[in-house]
Amino acid sequence: MPGFDFSNYNRNAALHARGVPLPKATSTGTTIVGCIYDGGVVIAADTRATSGPIVADKNCEKLHYISPNIWCAGAGTAADTEFTTALISSQLELHSLSTGRKPRVVTVMTMLKQHLFRYQGHIGAYLVVAGVDPTGTHLFTVHAHGSTDKLPYVTMGSGSLAAMSVFETQWKAKLTQDEAVKLCADAIEAGIWNDLGSGSNVDVAIITPEKTILKRNYIKPNERTQKLKSYVFPTGTTAVLNEKITIRKQDIGNFVSITDLTEAEAGDKMEVDT
Amino acid sequence: MVGKDCVAIACDLRLGLQALTVSNNFPKIFQYGDNVFLGLTGLATDVATVSDLFRYKVNMYRLREERQIAPRTFANLVSSSLYERRFGPWFVSPVVAGLDPKTGQPFICGFDSIGCIDFAKDFIVSGTATEQLFGMCESLWEPNLGPDQLFETISQSLLNAVDRDALSGWGAHVYIIEKDKVTKRLLKGRQD
Repeated sequence: MPGFDFSNYNRNAALHARGVPLPKATSTGTTIVGCIYDGGVVIAADTRATSGPIVADKNCEKLHYISPNIWCAGAGTAADTEFTTALISSQLELHSLSTGRKPRVVTVMTMLKQHLFRYQGHIGAYLVVAGVDPTGTHLFTVHAHGSTDKLPYVTMGSGSLAAMSVFETQWKAKLTQDEAVKLCADAIEAGIWNDLGSGSNVDVAIITPEKTILKRNYIKPNERTQKLKSYVFPTGTTAVLNEKITIRKQDIGNFVSITDLTEAEAGDKMEVDT
Repeated sequence: MVGKDCVAIACDLRLGLQALTVSNNFPKIFQYGDNVFLGLTGLATDVATVSDLFRYKVNMYRLREERQIAPRTFANLVSSSLYERRFGPWFVSPVVAGLDPKTGQPFICGFDSIGCIDFAKDFIVSGTATEQLFGMCESLWEPNLGPDQLFETISQSLLNAVDRDALSGWGAHVYIIEKDKVTKRLLKGRQD
């Protein structure tokens, strides 16, 4: 377990009471989805990270590695999804090394829910856990307070309603892999266009018993066009008051040449006290 | 801000207590290796504490590993150090800039106060003038800027952004980091 350091807590509470605004945490403000098909499971996510109304990162990664055959999509507080999945991934590796078995999706889901329940929702990680293990294909959602669901198709994050509307109108039993990928990508796109907290690109991960395929930026519907004009300033635009150039010791030879003088060039020998 | 085989990092110099200016020479950029730089904005007491904390941690790293810390390693150190205080954070939003010691590729990233890393290919902004800086950088930045062009772009972005922020300004420091040298410049900025 991480063992958090609370030593700034009282100071921060006092500071907050005196009107210092609390720093804004980066939120994923996300659309994430998952869908089981015959032969595997697909998860997908958008790539926008927000800090209040500001887009903090236009192309962040929300599909997190747990083990080669188990992946996680994260929504909520960005730092929490990042570190919670990394922590569980690390514990799971040690667990599978000590048991000598391949990790199971239920194990991940249970470890996540126990960890999150202990912190009573203060760790704001909302996760979609998907994977294939010796017991079959699995898809779960885990909420920050520790509740879990097991469903054939799931959505989470601020764009979950937009994404779920796609699943509820288009999902059918016995999907093929291509149909499942298309359905998940369409659901994410519904979030990208209709939810303000989601945007940019679609990331997809396809997990089968044989292998996992991570398709980073599977669809890029929001590519930035090149500027028509260059706005580079001519050198000397900015007024400089002082300039200092630091050169590393080992690079000094590139700027200064050192040659030893012969005795004739050096002139008289230096007098040295004996 | 990223350029072609170079990176730049810049900060203003004001230290204020809300609207009262306390100092006009308070640099917010710290060096932790030949080409690893950290910018810290936020609560001044935490800027000082956190910069010293990382000096200690990087010194310990250098003694243990007998080598300089790489920007990416340093970024992960910053991230995990901030997340350790998830429920009692330092009031800082750091920015890391540097060149990869092996490949010489530019590396920049930013963090929120609890350690979520924002890897960017173009630029990172932080502080009270964040919104102004986003606008300036988004419009002025372009790929593959040389060191001199990068200096003008980052300087103009910063100066014009802080002029529209009452809480920032009073001169600026700009570092241009290249493979074999680092140039530090003091900019002439408005003193109001």
